[in-house]
Amino acid sequence: MDGLDGNAIAGLLSDVFGAEMTTATGTCATCGAGGPLAETVVFLRAPGTVVRCRTCSGVMMVFVTVRETTCVDLRGLSNLGT
Amino acid sequence: MARAAIPGRLTWKAAEVVELVGETARAKSIALHLDDWPGHRAGQHVDVRLTAEDGYQAQRSYSIASAPEDGYLTLTVERLEDGEVSPYLVDVLEPGDELELRGPIGGYFVWEVALGGPLLLLAGGSGIVPLRAMLRHRAAADSTVPVRLLYSARTLDEVIYRDELVRISAFDEVDVRFTLTREWPEGWRGYRRRIDREMLAEVAWPAGERPLVYVCGPTAFVEVAASTLVDLGHEPGRIKTERFGAS
Repeated sequence: MDGLDGNAIAGLLSDVFGAEMTTATGTCATCGAGGPLAETVVFLRAPGTVVRCRTCSGVMMVFVTVRETTCVDLRGLSNLGT
Repeated sequence: MARAAIPGRLTWKAAEVVELVGETARAKSIALHLDDWPGHRAGQHVDVRLTAEDGYQAQRSYSIASAPEDGYLTLTVERLEDGEVSPYLVDVLEPGDELELRGPIGGYFVWEVALGGPLLLLAGGSGIVPLRAMLRHRAAADSTVPVRLLYSARTLDEVIYRDELVRISAFDEVDVRFTLTREWPEGWRGYRRRIDREMLAEVAWPAGERPLVYVCGPTAFVEVAASTLVDLGHEPGRIKTERFGAS
């Protein structure tokens, strides 16, 4: 697994949420581990951008952008706080 | 439909290339002028977007190499042979050209003088770029925070900012070490291997000194460095990591 980390999608997260989000704490809905989004495992080349939990590899977030519209799936997050 | 700029939202801006400096055979520093650059913090990056004549766009993230105090916003880009963006930036771009960028981006992998130290900086390859911004910021702000840098590169010729790093290592409170993993010049006294536990135990501050650690490099480098430091007793919460790859 040669993923990057949440720093790589700081711009995308900022686009979607309208604020700096890499320091925000995301909690994994699969295992309950929480930490800065900067520390998640990020795959840019999956179909869309896939953000996985560094503890359990569960999918936390998925972003798919088509013609300037980004679809966001946050079902893998149980909490997101700044 | 044109979108109005919303405060806090990232917007694409035009940046003019002021100067290009070859750092190594594959890496160039690109000094940029922007009319309305809001300033940045050391360690942050920008997104760069290229648009082809047919409208195709490619976008990549690059670390800022300059300190907030420096006159120009500078990026250092290493050419990836199969890259879509970096070969253009390194080989084609000329002074006077315009680039589209947005930023500054990121708030996690950031060091400011007020955060204190001691500082431990671990760089793998072009992972040195954001750490160099921190070193320049530290110097520009006359900070006396002690800093140790360990920089792993394949060969001495691939060491980015070599002269600058050797120059700053002559000052009190700055310790710079290199490890070369593939080729060594004759008489090389630095390390000759990939980073490992023994090397980090030698270079890192003792865990009891609670250094602030910044690790930037390819994913494998970052994993080894961060997990070894935790093994050595360093607090995970004081270890900031940034991984890059051929994205």
